[in-house]
Amino acid sequence: MTNEILTGAQAIIRSLELLGIDTVFGLPGGAILPTYDPLMDSTKIRHILVRHEQGAGHAAEGYASATGKLGVCIATSGPGATNLVTAIADAYMDSVPVLAITGQVGSHLIGTDAFQEADIVGITMPITKHSFLVTNAADIPETIAAAMLIATTGRPGPVLVDITKDAQNAKVPFVWPPKVELPGYKPVTKPHGKQVQAAAQMIAESAKPVLYVGGGVVRAGAAKQLAELAKLTGAPVVTTLMARGAYPDTDPQNLGMPGMHGTVPAVTALQKADLLITLGARFDDRVTGDAKTFAPNAKVIHVDIDPAEIGKIRFADVPIVGDLAEVLPELSTEIGALYSKKKPDISEWWAFLNNLRDRYPLGYTPASDGKLSPQHVIERIGAITGPEGIYVAGVGQHQMWSSQFIKYERPNAWLNSGGAGTMGYSVPAAMGAKVGEPNRHVWAIDGDGCFQMTNQELATCTINNIPIKVAIINNSSLGMVRQWQTLFYNERYSNTDLHTGTDRAMIPDFVKLADAYGALGIRVEKEEEIDAAIKLALETNDRPVVIDFIVSRDSMVWPMVAAGVSNDEVQYARDAAPIWSEME
Amino acid sequence: MSEHVLSLLVEDKPGLLTRVAGLFARRGFNIHSLAVGTSEIEGLSRITVVVGVEGAPLEQVTKQLNKLVNVIKIVELEPDQAVQRDHMLIKVKTDASTRSQVLEAVTLFRARVIDVVSDAVIIEVTGDTSKCQALIKVLEPFGIKELVQSGVLAMGRGSKSITEKVGK
Repeated sequence: MTNEILTGAQAIIRSLELLGIDTVFGLPGGAILPTYDPLMDSTKIRHILVRHEQGAGHAAEGYASATGKLGVCIATSGPGATNLVTAIADAYMDSVPVLAITGQVGSHLIGTDAFQEADIVGITMPITKHSFLVTNAADIPETIAAAMLIATTGRPGPVLVDITKDAQNAKVPFVWPPKVELPGYKPVTKPHGKQVQAAAQMIAESAKPVLYVGGGVVRAGAAKQLAELAKLTGAPVVTTLMARGAYPDTDPQNLGMPGMHGTVPAVTALQKADLLITLGARFDDRVTGDAKTFAPNAKVIHVDIDPAEIGKIRFADVPIVGDLAEVLPELSTEIGALYSKKKPDISEWWAFLNNLRDRYPLGYTPASDGKLSPQHVIERIGAITGPEGIYVAGVGQHQMWSSQFIKYERPNAWLNSGGAGTMGYSVPAAMGAKVGEPNRHVWAIDGDGCFQMTNQELATCTINNIPIKVAIINNSSLGMVRQWQTLFYNERYSNTDLHTGTDRAMIPDFVKLADAYGALGIRVEKEEEIDAAIKLALETNDRPVVIDFIVSRDSMVWPMVAAGVSNDEVQYARDAAPIWSEME
Repeated sequence: MSEHVLSLLVEDKPGLLTRVAGLFARRGFNIHSLAVGTSEIEGLSRITVVVGVEGAPLEQVTKQLNKLVNVIKIVELEPDQAVQRDHMLIKVKTDASTRSQVLEAVTLFRARVIDVVSDAVIIEVTGDTSKCQALIKVLEPFGIKELVQSGVLAMGRGSKSITEKVGK
C-alpha cells in the first residue's frame, strides 16, 4: 500500500477503521484531543459521547458481550484513564474483549507529575491482558493491531493502549498492514488428540457425569457444539452465572445455575457427580463453596483455552488446553466412536436428579408487606420480552433473580458482571449492548443501589437514540448486603437503607429522574400493573424507558450456600435444607 | 517450602520487570532472588528467578508467567543439570592484626580482594549459594561492614541453549 503521511492521531482512527471497528465509546480531554479531531471526520466509526468514562468502559463491555466483537473505549489521560479502571478490571475478570485507548501527556512530561498525568499502564497492569505505552507515532498501527489481536484471541480480555500527545501529533508514513510481532503470545487452540481420547474414555465410563459449563463456552461461540455433545451424552448440564444461555433453559437436560445461589439440582449434581466435564469454567469460589469439599467423588475433565486455569483450584485428571469450538466437536467424535460399542447407562443418575428437581424446584415466597415480589417482576420481564431479548443485570439480589427467573435460550442474551461484581455495570453495559444489537430489546435490570452509580448514561442513551429499557428492582436497599445482615448480622441493618422506596423519602424519585433525562418514567406498585408497564416499555422505542418497580425489601435470594461452607449445606429457603436421607 | 530456579527469556520492553515482579506479588508467589540482564540476542533479556513455592505449585507460577505477553520462554533449571552462581561483594573490617587471616580466608575460598584501605578490604566472591554463605560465616567474626549480592545466575549444562528456536 502507499505510505501516506498521517499524524499519529489520524493513524489511530485509520487503524481502527481498517480493523473493522465501527463503534467507540468515549469522552475527550486534553491529552486525547488530537485523536478526537480526525475522529470527527470518520464516516466509518460512530463515536458515542458518554457522561463518565466508566460508562464508556462498561458500554464497550456490553457491546462486546452482546455481539462477540471487540468493544472499544477512549479516554483522556489522568482521571479520564483512571475512570476506566473499574470497567477494565471487570472485563479482565469476565474475559471480555475490550480495547481501551487513552491519551497520555507528552513524552517529555512523563514522570514529571504533569497536569493530568497518571501512570495508567502501571495502574492497569494487574487487570489487563496486556498494555502498551506508545511514544512514537510510527508504532501506532502495529500497536493497535497487536492490541486487537491480543484482546480477541485466546482467552479474551482487556488491552490498554496509552498514547502520548506528541505521538498523536507527529506526522509519519502510515504503513498498512503493519507487521505484528508477538513472539511470546501463542494461544493454543487445537487440543491434544490423546487428551481428547482420554476424556472420551472417561465420559464413556461415567455413571454420574455432569457438564459443568462456564462462560468460556459463550466467549468461544461454542453453544452449538456444546448442544451436540450434550445430546450425544444425555448428561445433565449446569450453566454457571457467566454461562446462562450457553445451553437452553427449556431443555430438560439443563439443571440451571450451580453455586451460591444455584438450584438444588445443579448444586447437588456437582456434589454427587463421579465426573465433572468442565468446559470453560474456572471453579470460582461462588460455584465451589468450600473447594476442599466440592464434588468430592468426581474425577475432572477440564477444558479451557487458558492453561493457567487448569489445576489452579482443582486437580484435573484430564486437562485439555484448547478452543472449545475445536475441542467439543473432536470430543463428540471420539465419544460417538466409543458409544457405538457401548453407551453408559445414566438412567439412575437422572432418576436421582429428577427427583431432586421435583422436590426442590426454583421458586419464591410472595412478598407479605404489600409490595411487589421482585422475582415475579423479573419473571414477567423475561416471559413477555422472550428469549430474543438481551438482559443486562447489575450486581446483587436482582442479578441473582434475573439469572434464576428468566429463561435463557441463547448465548449472549445474558450480560452481567460476574467475576468483579461491579455495581453500576447494568445501565452503561445495556447501552453498549443496544448499540451493538439495535434490533433487540435490551433490558437493564438494575437495583436501586446499582442504578445510582451510573444512571448518568441515560443522557447518552436519550441523546444518541439508544432506547434501552431499565427495570429498577427498587427495594430501597442495598438488597444483597441487607440479606447478609438479615442472615449473618442479627438483622442489624448498618447503612443499607437507600431511602428510594415509596415509604421513604424517595430520594431520588426515579420517575422524575427518568423524566429529567428525557426518558419515559413509569412507577409500578401493584401486581396488576406489571405486565402493562413491561408492554409499554417494549412498545416505546423513541427514548429510553425507566420502570421503577417498588418491591419488598424482605425478599431474599434462595437457594443459598453461605460463603465458604460446603455445597452440601445448600439451603433452599431460610433454615430449610434438603433432606438427603430421603434422597439416597 | 521448596526452591526452584526459573530461567525466563523475555522481550526487553519497558515495564517488563514490573510485570514479572507484580505478578509474583499479586499471586502470592515468593521471589527469593532475581537477576536480570541482556541475553546474546538483541532485544531479548534473561531473567533468573529463584522461586519459593509453598501453597501454589510451581506449575501455577510458570503458567501465570507464560501468560505475560512479553515472556517468550520459561525453563526450570534443575540443580544437577545446571550451573548456578551467586556474585557477592563483601566489605570486611581489618587491621594489621587481622588482615592476614582475612586474606587467608579469601585464598581458601578462591575469592578476590578488589579494594584495600588501612581498615577494610572489599572481597569479591562467586560461587554457588552455599560457598558464598560459608565465606560469610568465616568473615563475620572480623566484622562485615557491607554486603551486596546479585541474584542467582543459572544456565543449563551442555551445549543446548534456551534461545534455540527463538533466534530472530
